[in-house]
Amino acid sequence: MTPDDVNHHILSVLVQNRPGVLARVAGLFARRGFNIMSLAVAPAEDEGMSRLTIVVDVESTPLEQITKQLFKLIEVVKISELDPRRSVERELLLATVRVTSDDRGQVVELATIFEAKILAVGVDALTVSLEGHPSKVDDFEALLEGYGIVELQRTGRVALPKLDRQSRLRAVKGRTGS
Amino acid sequence: MKLTGAQALIKSLEEEAVEVIFGLPGGCILPAYDPLLESTIRHILVRHEQGAGHMAEGYAHVTGRPGVAMVTSGPAATNLVTPLMDAYMDSIPMVAITGQVPTGAIGSDAFQECDTVGITRSVTKHNELVMTAEDLPLAIRQAFHLATTGRPGPVLVDVPKDVLQATMTWEWPSHDDVLASLPGYRPNVKGHPRMIKEAAKLILAAERPLLYVGGGMLKARAADELRALAELTGIHVVTTLMARGVFPDDHPLALGMPGMHGNATAVTAMQKSDLLITLGARFDDRITGRVDSFAPEAKIIHVDIDPAEQGKVRRPDVPIVGDCKYVTGEILKAVRDLLAGGTEAADTGPWKSRISGWREQFPLHYEPSEPGAALKPQFCLEKLRDAAPEGTILTSGVGQHQMWSSQYWNFTEPYTWVNSGGLGTMGFSIPAAIGAKVGRPDRTVWAVDGDGCFQMTAQELVTATVERIPIKVALLNNSYLGMVRQWQEMFYGERYSEVYLSPDTPDYVRWAEAMGCVGIRVESPEEVEPAIEKANSINDRSVVVEFRVDAGEKVFPMVPAGASNDELVLPAAQMPRKSALS
Repeated sequence: MTPDDVNHHILSVLVQNRPGVLARVAGLFARRGFNIMSLAVAPAEDEGMSRLTIVVDVESTPLEQITKQLFKLIEVVKISELDPRRSVERELLLATVRVTSDDRGQVVELATIFEAKILAVGVDALTVSLEGHPSKVDDFEALLEGYGIVELQRTGRVALPKLDRQSRLRAVKGRTGS
Repeated sequence: MKLTGAQALIKSLEEEAVEVIFGLPGGCILPAYDPLLESTIRHILVRHEQGAGHMAEGYAHVTGRPGVAMVTSGPAATNLVTPLMDAYMDSIPMVAITGQVPTGAIGSDAFQECDTVGITRSVTKHNELVMTAEDLPLAIRQAFHLATTGRPGPVLVDVPKDVLQATMTWEWPSHDDVLASLPGYRPNVKGHPRMIKEAAKLILAAERPLLYVGGGMLKARAADELRALAELTGIHVVTTLMARGVFPDDHPLALGMPGMHGNATAVTAMQKSDLLITLGARFDDRITGRVDSFAPEAKIIHVDIDPAEQGKVRRPDVPIVGDCKYVTGEILKAVRDLLAGGTEAADTGPWKSRISGWREQFPLHYEPSEPGAALKPQFCLEKLRDAAPEGTILTSGVGQHQMWSSQYWNFTEPYTWVNSGGLGTMGFSIPAAIGAKVGRPDRTVWAVDGDGCFQMTAQELVTATVERIPIKVALLNNSYLGMVRQWQEMFYGERYSEVYLSPDTPDYVRWAEAMGCVGIRVESPEEVEPAIEKANSINDRSVVVEFRVDAGEKVFPMVPAGASNDELVLPAAQMPRKSALS
């Protein structure tokens, strides 16, 4: 996928970091029949706040309803929709790949091309990591599959707006709610 | 000042001006019941926790103040789930306090433990597990703030036993503390001035305007603004099931209830309108029928305090997020300004004559019973209505009796109708009536109930007797789950499956008497008025009047589920002239 093929919405949701807040968000998506493609959670720059990066597919999810419903959650402080075309998106992949002495070199070469890192080397396996745009991570994963992926972990995407004038963070909801 | 968590909890409720708690104690909430003995707060001991929840709702309905229910952990908390959902669906301000197992035992499957905040997350506006005694006052203030502002709703506070037993330093948080603790919660009250002007323009330009008024107008206490707007513009008003009473039924502009069992004029006026001025209503499926054929020519003005209601079902032309009282008042001013500035209202004359034609031809109608045949439920309700003392509050359960109550009663005052609209909770009537009577002891409270509903919550009449809360119950006994029976008759080829109860088991009169009430059985038309008169004259205890009514009677008009409102089924006598509904 190139960044121009937009089949997803990215919601950057600032929440009060309180017990159960993730369950509230997840429960809301389940109850209203919306699908989450990926979800990343971590403390935000403000103390006591966390930022959720929620990626939803365009087809299942009426964006306006989901943002309005999300904003009804008391602990949700701010929701921004990030336009994928005007955002930087990143994802981290960790993969352990089965290798033989014959193809170890090929996997290392692939890692070099993708600027991935070799984290661990075993007798018949390699663990690699790659950080990059999710579409690049997709490509890398597809190529690794040919060798046999033993274990795979991806983080789900995180995103921030690009630093140019057109991509000002667009607050889909300000501080109003019910 | 040092207090225990339990003392802090009760003191916090006193600070919130709580005058009554509906509840039932048990293991984990026990510490909170001790300081209650010294409190100014009245406690009403229910017989089932569901009753506590519905009583809190009934109280909130008629007073506008949040109802409070307090119960213990585990099964008590789960018994509260239905009233919480009921309050959530109907936007009733309510605060529930539940006991929880001690903090150290949480997650260990302790006795009477359940994940109360997990279970109630999707049936409350908000909920909170309080982990320290110091946090209790703020949690309670937040709960009342959230329950009563914005779109009202139920809030639950779950309190572990050791938190109630711990000692803390009392400090009552300020309003600013509450706001600071809820940075993401700022309900929009005022509405957008440009949208309000736009609404006023549309109102004056419309040739077939209609005020579509929902329960939000009652929550916002906007009856005066509504009446002023209707009278200034001469626009007719339909009041949804949740809004009955916000506009007087005897007003010339009142068209009564629209929707699945709405009257033909109200339903048709919505369908044919070119502008629905939607105030505190949410385009529920029971109102719209099939959405894609609902009011096809109407532009929509939608005033609601909940932004998520805008465009949820029907895309509004003029969305206004704000408090219904404030915004309706502003629309009224904007219309006045336009009129003063020389704007002329469009000619609504032809529309009004169509409406009066429908009203004339399609009044509510039922066939009176033949001599010697079973009583008609509508007849009983008409007699009850005509004999009701001034200011009577009516509650109902869910089903046919609820629809007939809404249809045949003459609501002239806000906050005199209490029912379960969104969730449709059978058994709501009796506990809600008790709560209403506690909130308005000066009023007569009649609970209309069906025999199916009565058997779900009748035990609360024991509460009514013991706590000296005299209510009156009109039990329309048709020995069936009547509404289900009606659907089976109309849509399942008269194949009656599991809907027959029993006409005489239980013996409702003896059951009423066993619960300390006066029981009266009515079987023939000439007994109806004397029985109602007798019931109205008894004020020292509750009365149950059992009307044995015709099991075959159906609620009409009816829009079949999923059908367009144009496919309204009228009473048989009116069907031949249905084409006049155009």
